[in-house]
Amino acid sequence: MQIPYNSVARPDTGLYNAKLGIWLFLASEVMLFGALFSSYVLLRVGAPTWPHGYTILNVPLATLNTVILIGSSVTMVMSWASLMLKDLTKYKRYMGGTILLAFGFLIVKAFEYGAKFEHGLFPGESTFLAIYFTMTGLHGLHVVGGIIVNTYLWGPGSKMWNTDPVRFTNRVEVAGLYWHFVDLVWIFLFPVLYLL
Amino acid sequence: MSHGDQEVHIGARADHHPPHEVEHHEPGFWRRYVFSTDHKVIGIQYGITALLFLLFGFTLMMIMRWQLAYPGEAFPLKWLVDLMGVDNMPDGIMLPEFYNQLGAMHGTIMVFLGIVPLAVGAFGNYVVPLQIGAPDMAFPKLNLTSYWVYFLGGVTMFVSFFLPGGAANSGWTSYAPLSVIATTGQTFWLLGMVFLITSSLLGSVNFIVTIIQLRANGLTFMRLPFFVWAQFVTAFLLLLAFPPLEAAGVMQLMDRLAGTSFFLPSGLVVSGVPLSVSGGGSPLLWQHLFWFLAHPEVYVLILPAMGIVGEVIANNTRKPLWGYRPMVYSIVFLGFMSFIVWAHHMFLTGMGTTISAFFQTTTMIISIPSIVILTALFLSLWGGSIRYNTPMLFALAFLPMFGIGGLTGLPLGLAPPDIHLHDTYYVIGHFHYVVAPGTLFALFAGIYYWFPKVTGRKMNDALGKVHFYLSFIFINGVFMPMFIQGLAGVSRRLYDGGAQYAHAQDVLHWNEFMSVSAWLLGIAQIPFILNFFWSMKRGQKVTANHWEATTLEWAATTSPPLAHGNFAAVPEVHRGPYEYSVPGHSRDYAPQNQVAEA
Amino acid sequence: MDSHGAEDIKKQVRGYIMVFVALMALTIVTVAISYLHLDVAAAVTVALVVATIKASLVASYFMHLISEKKLIYATLMLTALFFVGLMFLPVSHMLDPIQN
Repeated sequence: MQIPYNSVARPDTGLYNAKLGIWLFLASEVMLFGALFSSYVLLRVGAPTWPHGYTILNVPLATLNTVILIGSSVTMVMSWASLMLKDLTKYKRYMGGTILLAFGFLIVKAFEYGAKFEHGLFPGESTFLAIYFTMTGLHGLHVVGGIIVNTYLWGPGSKMWNTDPVRFTNRVEVAGLYWHFVDLVWIFLFPVLYLL
Repeated sequence: MSHGDQEVHIGARADHHPPHEVEHHEPGFWRRYVFSTDHKVIGIQYGITALLFLLFGFTLMMIMRWQLAYPGEAFPLKWLVDLMGVDNMPDGIMLPEFYNQLGAMHGTIMVFLGIVPLAVGAFGNYVVPLQIGAPDMAFPKLNLTSYWVYFLGGVTMFVSFFLPGGAANSGWTSYAPLSVIATTGQTFWLLGMVFLITSSLLGSVNFIVTIIQLRANGLTFMRLPFFVWAQFVTAFLLLLAFPPLEAAGVMQLMDRLAGTSFFLPSGLVVSGVPLSVSGGGSPLLWQHLFWFLAHPEVYVLILPAMGIVGEVIANNTRKPLWGYRPMVYSIVFLGFMSFIVWAHHMFLTGMGTTISAFFQTTTMIISIPSIVILTALFLSLWGGSIRYNTPMLFALAFLPMFGIGGLTGLPLGLAPPDIHLHDTYYVIGHFHYVVAPGTLFALFAGIYYWFPKVTGRKMNDALGKVHFYLSFIFINGVFMPMFIQGLAGVSRRLYDGGAQYAHAQDVLHWNEFMSVSAWLLGIAQIPFILNFFWSMKRGQKVTANHWEATTLEWAATTSPPLAHGNFAAVPEVHRGPYEYSVPGHSRDYAPQNQVAEA
Repeated sequence: MDSHGAEDIKKQVRGYIMVFVALMALTIVTVAISYLHLDVAAAVTVALVVATIKASLVASYFMHLISEKKLIYATLMLTALFFVGLMFLPVSHMLDPIQN
């Protein structure tokens, strides 16, 4: 039994199922991170004092992470483009690059967190640190999720290229949309938490 | 398998069918019945689990009502006292802490583990693909995941009763700061909610994509059964409203486990000791994030019910629904508005007149689409050839009951009367009228209505009517006096039902009346439970389109539907969903996939 | 899926590189400006404007939103509306307390 429009687009909507599905999921993620941003605003506006992010957090490291994550977005979209150009080898290279950059992001993050803990800066210390750790932590969990999906698509999942290349390309496109969203969230997180 | 008949296998096990697809071999028991990706199996799994939780949640309330009727008196059933733990009811007398657990979990279980999984997970999953002519949901494996994550959430919630300190006891609303300093059960509540929200999100993506992408040829949006529209809007509510509560849940978990102060204000003193946290948080923040979900959630509770009532009324009046188009526009508008009314639950939190006026206005506006839908359903009865079978009785009762529920919401949505009524029994009466004789009655209608589609047999109609009449009487007996108590000023969540308050004395006698009604209501469910199980095996066998309905799940499928692919031939739709009694037709119904008139 | 010939893809790839360069530049800009220690209102405005531009580039080009179907836009517009509500209404409650 085949579910229609897994590979080909449905004519009147112009979309295949997973593409619509992932955008809907991303809409829910906008609301999830939106709630956290909203909480940030409410807590900051209601606080008698609020530290500037750059006085507590490591801006150079976070800038590096920004570059890493944006870079991984490029490699991700390139991996999809490689599949569109029917080049599986290039696809594996770019997807592998995406995964490595993602790990790089997490390593920098771990280093950042470690340094905070060493200085006694735990989430319970202040509402600033609480929201910082919660937002970056949840974002980090999303990075982990992306790594898992991308690794599957790089490894065992890539077998689908031989049996149903169109559907496999769609899967990579959909995973890419998720990954770009993770990048998007960081594009807002970085200035809000670190630079303001 | 031929249309309408049940194949009988003499001697062989009934679950082995000769393969009807060449490359298909029968999966084992676990893949067929436990880890199936078939939306019908998943729908049944949701249905059974949800009904069990509904029964459990209802039992919690029946126990609570003893304490309310006879405060401080020992519970008469010793075995039940032992079951609930002697620590919770020493000498059979309920402790206030246990009463609070029962209250918080009754609400949580009924809403999140009972009604929504039944309305959306069970009815939605089973019926929607059939009604749109689809072979399954768009993402069958995701569907499977949704169910088991829901199950996990349910287990988490259930298990919390056995923790030291018991289950969550800060109300289903889990307001900070009380919830933050509450016992471990609250942590399990939060974890359980994370599971349930995840399950719900995955499900809502599935529903929206399925309805948009998998409609059969000729099934335009304006030819969709009203039930599908209801599920469509509901899925959007779940998709966009749940995430803020997930965020809030994570933050409350951080407060409880990581020592943060998202919701803890500065200077909080607990039992005379200042709490050693950073402070600087906002209890109001929890309320905003909670109600951002919880208000759309109540529309999640009612919309599928309206959908079911629409189906049952159209079918049993033998006429199209009156005002289908206004109903569709109303339900979409209702869904949209539901996102911007939430702070009407917070009128007493010290909000200024501007923001209060905003939310009062949006709340008044949102009553309009509800009234349009209810009026259209009422008007649909006019001139109909009404068949008074059990599903129709429940659907008919829904109309005035939801009317009472909706109308009693109006004084709550305006700030000045809400000052008097907030957090009283009036509120409990209001929302129970909408959910209990409202939604739950509609769900009963749905069970009696679609039972033949799922099992190939019908439930006994006489027993069904007994179930209906007794339930109708006793459910009103439980909830109508709540308005009286609420107007007198009796607060909700009181362990003794108001016994120690002077202003409650004149209305205290209603407690016993309501409790007895509740217990009788419980007994009234026995005919339903017996009927349900007995009819599965021995109910009267019926044809594939027993109700002579027009929608695809009746007109184009076998009964029960085929295991894979749902339809012997992929249906093509040629007409609207409710072409009953069309002038010039020889038959009083024209199924959606019928080409020329009969 | 929109039909992409090899030429179209190669053109898109050039686009991706250009977007990457733009994003790097904007990152430098936003970090540099933070060293100016502007007052809160100005700092927030600049930071959010730059972030929005970066986000729009990622969304339009990496996520192909610029050539996406109506249905996707509709979903995002709806989400944007509720997002705005979620951002403004809770804090506006705080800013409009009951007057004594």
